[in-house]
Amino acid sequence: MSAFTHPYFTHALLAGTAIALAAGLVGYFLVLRAQVFTGDALSHVAFTGALAALVLGYDLRSGLFAATVLFAVVLGALGRRSRADDIVIGSLFSWILGLGVFFLTLYTTSRNTGNGTAGVNVLFGSIFGLSAGQAQLAAAVAGVICLAVLAVARPLLFASVDEAVATARRVPVRLLGLAFLVLVGACAAEATQAVGSLLLLGLLAAPAGAAQRLTDRPYHALALSAGLAVAEMWAGLALSYYVPQLPPSFAIMAVATAVYAVALVGVRRPRALIGLAEA
Amino acid sequence: MNWADTGAGWSWNPVTDLQQIWAFPFMVNAFRAGTVVAVLAAVMGWFMVLRRQSFAGHTLAVVSFPGAACATLLGIGAGFGYFAFCVGGALVIAAIPRAALSGAGQSAGGQESALTGTVQAFLLACGFLFVALYKGFLGGVNSLLFGSFLGITTVQVTVLTVVAGLALGALAVIGRPLLFASVDENVAAGRGVPVRALSVVFLVLLGAATAEASQITGTLLVFALLVMPAAAAQQLTVRPALSLALAVVIAIAVTWTGLIAAYYSPYPIGFYVTTFAFAVYVLARAAHTLSTAVGRHRVVGAGAVA
Repeated sequence: MSAFTHPYFTHALLAGTAIALAAGLVGYFLVLRAQVFTGDALSHVAFTGALAALVLGYDLRSGLFAATVLFAVVLGALGRRSRADDIVIGSLFSWILGLGVFFLTLYTTSRNTGNGTAGVNVLFGSIFGLSAGQAQLAAAVAGVICLAVLAVARPLLFASVDEAVATARRVPVRLLGLAFLVLVGACAAEATQAVGSLLLLGLLAAPAGAAQRLTDRPYHALALSAGLAVAEMWAGLALSYYVPQLPPSFAIMAVATAVYAVALVGVRRPRALIGLAEA
Repeated sequence: MNWADTGAGWSWNPVTDLQQIWAFPFMVNAFRAGTVVAVLAAVMGWFMVLRRQSFAGHTLAVVSFPGAACATLLGIGAGFGYFAFCVGGALVIAAIPRAALSGAGQSAGGQESALTGTVQAFLLACGFLFVALYKGFLGGVNSLLFGSFLGITTVQVTVLTVVAGLALGALAVIGRPLLFASVDENVAAGRGVPVRALSVVFLVLLGAATAEASQITGTLLVFALLVMPAAAAQQLTVRPALSLALAVVIAIAVTWTGLIAAYYSPYPIGFYVTTFAFAVYVLARAAHTLSTAVGRHRVVGAGAVA
């Protein structure tokens, strides 16, 4: 276990574990609520936010969080009842991505001292490049996200499974939806630092999809999703350490996809499915 | 990148401006290719918006990046990689969900989107791996992802036109039943329309369209050309044929203005195309909201008079 003697590896492990935990918890609800496309949109918004911050000379992470949380609030304000939603989200985020390209050009042409690979790093992540301070901050923020998700887990589960009944029981469904979107935004900004904005969707969707495949009971699935995400993160980091040709983002995604594929193909479920509401 | 430096600047006279732009053979090719791509993307996107398959469409669009990266790594033409990966991705998305999720109840929608998202993230990660294995390729990543209208050869334009013709021809053959199946799947299935087969064929055609379009607009911005003209057109009119034609017109207009703007400024074409398309979409929505408000007002007014 000589890997732990390298500070970059322990930093990556600390930040990666916390981020995977948050992504697993948030991802479970994302899949349950069938809002994966929203996660996809947020991941592209993260790119624009990061590059806008770079152009304006701020810290990259402040741009990430500002852009994703703002976009989440906008999505929440637009509401998720009307049928046009996917189209609205798609149009909005492809335009924001276009803005990101604009900032990328601005950044690479205006700053001769700037590193030309900044765009690629934001898109595909550079978890082995985190400093001690960055890793600790990322872990702390991820911890806050985890606590927030757990705090709203019960009512959020109710609202996700049966919105009408939850509304009748005076659960603040709309407020919960908005709070959840903000959490997804914060989680997307976090995960961008680990696996990059283009790949964070896999970290959100794959463990949650596998967990839902393996068990019907909501809390078990929630815990399993978080556990799978952390295990996949560790396996990916180890794989990338021992096979240096593999970039860590790819290794993590490959492990996550393999686990999901096994869950999808290997687990034969009874045809009569016990609904979540009865579990 | 500012090609206008080599000639006169913007003169506000469209005829001389276009003559000046088209003096460069590569710009003529860019306009030809852009027009072909705009027509194909608008038509495919129109059906995609109608069928609410924007997540699948976006995934297919993104999948062209690993395709191009893999082709570059293997040393074959990027065009092959685009088509192989996009059509392959379409088959995976079309094949797996129903087969693996048979009997799934309430969470089927969530599972299907989780699967689509995983496919997308994994293939993007593969693209990153190919790029990392092919060292010294990093500068090309941005043009793969965000597009470049420079250096399109006449051969490429021919290939694009042929593929677009084939795809549109296939779509014309299945157009009527596909429209039926998209508008009301259950009734269409009840009438014996092969809904499932149509959906697979449509996804493959969508894959071919995105493979085409990514060569111009780049992987990440194809989606803009697919979704926004169609969404704007469907806001403006509910009649299928009219809104389809409108989507094509909007797509061509947006692509041409994008090309012209990109020619006269140092910023990339992707930025202009998405911004113009989004502006058209916002205007269309505003017009829609306004007209329904006016219509409601009239109805209320008529009711009050009566």
